[in-house]
Amino acid sequence: MSTHHGVLSHQNLLKLLSGITAGGMELYAPRKTGQKVFFDHITDVREIAFDPLPTTESPKALLFPRVERLLSFARDGESMRVDDRCADLMPRRVLFGTRPCDAVALQRLAEFFADGIEDMFVGKRREQLVVISLSCAVADADCFCTSAGSGPGDGTGSDILLTASGGERYDMEVLTDRGREVLATFAGLWDEGSPADTSGYLAVVEPLPALAGFGAKLAGAFASTVWKDASLRCLGCGACAYVCPLCSCFDIEDEGTPSKGSRLRCWDSCGFSLFTLHTSGHNPRPTQTERWRQRVMHKFSYMPARFGHAGCVGCGRCSRACPADMNLREQITMLDAGIALQSAP
Amino acid sequence: MSALQVQAGELLASGKAEVVIGYGEGTRGRVRPVFVRTRADVSLLVFDGRCTANLTVYLAKPEVGRMGKAAIVATPGAVRSLIQLIAEHQVDPGEVVVLAADDDAVTLLTDPAALEAYAAAHPVTIPPEAKAVTESLARMSAQERRAFWDAELSRCFKCYACRSACALCYCTRCITDMNQPQWVCVAPHALGVMEWHLNRAMHMAGRCVQCGSCTSACPAGIPIGLLAMEASRSVEKEFGAQAGLRCDAPPALSSFAADDRESFIL
Repeated sequence: MSTHHGVLSHQNLLKLLSGITAGGMELYAPRKTGQKVFFDHITDVREIAFDPLPTTESPKALLFPRVERLLSFARDGESMRVDDRCADLMPRRVLFGTRPCDAVALQRLAEFFADGIEDMFVGKRREQLVVISLSCAVADADCFCTSAGSGPGDGTGSDILLTASGGERYDMEVLTDRGREVLATFAGLWDEGSPADTSGYLAVVEPLPALAGFGAKLAGAFASTVWKDASLRCLGCGACAYVCPLCSCFDIEDEGTPSKGSRLRCWDSCGFSLFTLHTSGHNPRPTQTERWRQRVMHKFSYMPARFGHAGCVGCGRCSRACPADMNLREQITMLDAGIALQSAP
Repeated sequence: MSALQVQAGELLASGKAEVVIGYGEGTRGRVRPVFVRTRADVSLLVFDGRCTANLTVYLAKPEVGRMGKAAIVATPGAVRSLIQLIAEHQVDPGEVVVLAADDDAVTLLTDPAALEAYAAAHPVTIPPEAKAVTESLARMSAQERRAFWDAELSRCFKCYACRSACALCYCTRCITDMNQPQWVCVAPHALGVMEWHLNRAMHMAGRCVQCGSCTSACPAGIPIGLLAMEASRSVEKEFGAQAGLRCDAPPALSSFAADDRESFIL
């Protein structure tokens, strides 16, 4: 469909979101707990946090939960009964308050899970998810979306994009039929508009020039010595991977007894020492050096080669979350320079 | 040049240390761990109120171990964790030199007696916000406390930053990573999360030095250090044993005295 334009006041936006919850659709939006912000199930729209920066945890769990039951099994006399999870029962959800980088990430994450054999759980959740994003008026020192294939006013992956345009008012872009469908119920709350230039209301994001040729350089940098110093302070936790909107590694765990239990899919992280530990005891990634290299290679070399885009949208969450200040912007700049230096004739 | 930089430079120049593990300027006004190997690089070292992460955690990393004998910039909490690591035979006191830093003073500690004297004279400061939560928890009923932890732990996605940032979580294979048999639910659902944190608290009981690194490391802002802290306080109350004060202290919960007042011991 062609993009439809509208104008909406902040007050009416809250009414619209209240209407969504009242109408029986599940609403997820940022909510503040202490200093951290999470996408939570919202029943009272007054709880929504309109913080200018991306949330602490990404909205990834809305498509790819940190743990989900794939099937359960139980012994039934001589036979074993297996109950498959039914993806058809997944409810329609509205996700509000995603930033453009989040929406781009949701689209890339869905593409990843649809590659080859489609993952029906992720696919169905994406199908049922309506994404209403807010353009960014502010970026911080960890953001680099404009160098990672997106931008503060990018509508990719969103069904509706709102840009605060001064005076408690939003310029609204309705980008999909799904977005139009949701809005149809709330016709009185917004006015028709015309395409507006919102660029003056958007954040200025500091470019990350090193990212431009980074993937190509990485292709020849597997054996480089840059990784050791770069990863020395990495503690080997999974904070970066778990706040990342695009990290998609998982681990399948069987839980229960041989006669009754469940098969679960849980988030996993390449930063963990056990991630590649073989049954033999051999670990091809014995230290954080190899694990950090894998993280960077996967996002900026393997993903672009396979999908045509990086496994990173420049949201900056990993940099904000890292207890050892492994700042990704800085790492990319430093690794890029280090690799260039080593490969110079 | 600060006193810390001078001392670090002397240690590197004299060969008493091959690497100084300290704090340097990071991004966003934060400090970060730095590994200084040459005298020219000691200018990277800083120490101020932002330096709270416990750097002794790096002693267990093989790639750091291969850098040679280490000198470590240590807060009072880190000094205690080092003492505890020595008591648990994880660190040979001859293998590490300590630059104990507290406000403006830097003290070079090279033997167990000096470490113990320093720890005795420098109590660990508990941040006011942690104190406030502890006090409010103490006023709660068991049911309210359970509700508090259920809500806090609902944010935990098991990234194990708490474990990774803890100097005393040095197991090469943690109990939660065991799968044959599986002792703790690996999944990050409510039960799995609770099992993990209670296991860690019990494992830290009598060993936690209250450095606060686990709480600072948590990306979800959970005051997770309070569990181990409370478990350690119980051990202190029941057995009179405080972690991180003596290099030859037997572990409170894995040793026994034949003359113990409890009849069930023998």
